[in-house]
Amino acid sequence: MPGPAISDMSLSEFIQRDRNIHPPAYTPTYKTSVARSPRHALLSLQNSLSEITGPRFGHNELGPLDNDLIRNYAKDGDPIGERIIVHGRVLDENGRPVPHTLVEFWQANAGGRYRHKKDAYLAPIDPNFGGCGRTLTDENGYYYFRTIKPGPYPWRNYVNSWRPAHIHFSVFGSGFVQRLITQMYFEGDPLIKICPIVKTIPDPDAVERLIAPLDLNASVPLDTLAYKFDIVLRGRRSTLFENKLEGN
Amino acid sequence: MVQPLSYFYETPSQTAGPYVHIGLIPQQAGFDIFETNFGSALVGPDTKGERIIVEGRVFDGTGTLVRDALLEIWQADPDGQYNHPASGQETMASDGFRGWGRTGTDFETGVYRFATIKPGAVVGRNGRMMAPHINLWIVARGINIGLNTRLYFSDATQANAEDPVLNLIEQKVRRQTLIAERSRRGDEVIYTFDVHLQGDQETVFFDP
Ligand SMILES: [Fe+2]
Repeated sequence: MPGPAISDMSLSEFIQRDRNIHPPAYTPTYKTSVARSPRHALLSLQNSLSEITGPRFGHNELGPLDNDLIRNYAKDGDPIGERIIVHGRVLDENGRPVPHTLVEFWQANAGGRYRHKKDAYLAPIDPNFGGCGRTLTDENGYYYFRTIKPGPYPWRNYVNSWRPAHIHFSVFGSGFVQRLITQMYFEGDPLIKICPIVKTIPDPDAVERLIAPLDLNASVPLDTLAYKFDIVLRGRRSTLFENKLEGN
Repeated sequence: MVQPLSYFYETPSQTAGPYVHIGLIPQQAGFDIFETNFGSALVGPDTKGERIIVEGRVFDGTGTLVRDALLEIWQADPDGQYNHPASGQETMASDGFRGWGRTGTDFETGVYRFATIKPGAVVGRNGRMMAPHINLWIVARGINIGLNTRLYFSDATQANAEDPVLNLIEQKVRRQTLIAERSRRGDEVIYTFDVHLQGDQETVFFDP
């Protein structure tokens, strides 16, 4: 698709966010949202410089093992669990790659336990697993990391609520209003369709876009399976910001 | 049938959950893993501008402290320029000021705190100046999609009164929810900005 070069694109406004594909704030079956959801309508804001700009990150800020969760907290061996690669591209709504953007991820260990002060689930901490990592997309918007497959875990929503296996993702893009946090699920998990958090998303097609398929072609034979997870951020309009450079 | 439009759909948001700290601020989760940690200090020794502290708390609809929220800020420098190509800045500023930071509300006190500088007024749409402000983004367990808001400064009365965004808020009484109060504590200049997710004092959130 022809279009302005990336550097020009970072000067233009964003396409309005389609709120129908996102969960609304108030979703009573996910109980914590009840007291934490704004009741007033969001105030629609045409983009200014404050919205179309956003932070940038450099390779010098990341360590060599930051995208390898099998190794980045290993103390005396590998973590327990299924070895997997998660990979994909960060794109925008125009289908263009989002290059050099920070992608961060965190997850429970193979037993469904988080390395976190506030997690009291009885499944054990894995001494060799931290559960977080980060990377920058390359010039084609591509990213990958290596980890172990997280386990499902119980949580206090209903008495018997369980989260499907999932990995949390945080992505930046090139403008602060592209900022997105989401969760990746695994193909074939029977817990997905009964999860109150998944079900905050009203559109079943949108839910499917959070489910990573097994990607045998990207696996490492006799070593590591792979799942593919593409992420789409808001796109920019194809015209320059107010048809001129700001301040000119 | 007409031709399909070939746009992609944005990935749907999901809550950051109770363990967001692991991924974004692991030291608050209770462990050390990265050599470089992104944090709440936006200023270095060479940063130009008036040093300020931005601090506050986040409340839910019952008035209870939200002690597991994560906040990020994004702001211009004292000249009203963002560290971004759209502000004419192709490379990182020489004084190391990126203009971005993140932190969590404290698990005990519920207080968040950023050490930064006061931004300048920023050129808005149609060349109309916007009062100095800091953009905030808030996620937490129970928040299904990140909340965007802005912090303005209590001592910029005139600029705030003329700010094109504050003036979009129909109910004047709600404009006050975006004004951070200036005070002094020792030799620190503090701006206090509490966020109310819901209730009588609900903060104005944007759909930018
Ligand atoms: Fe989780």
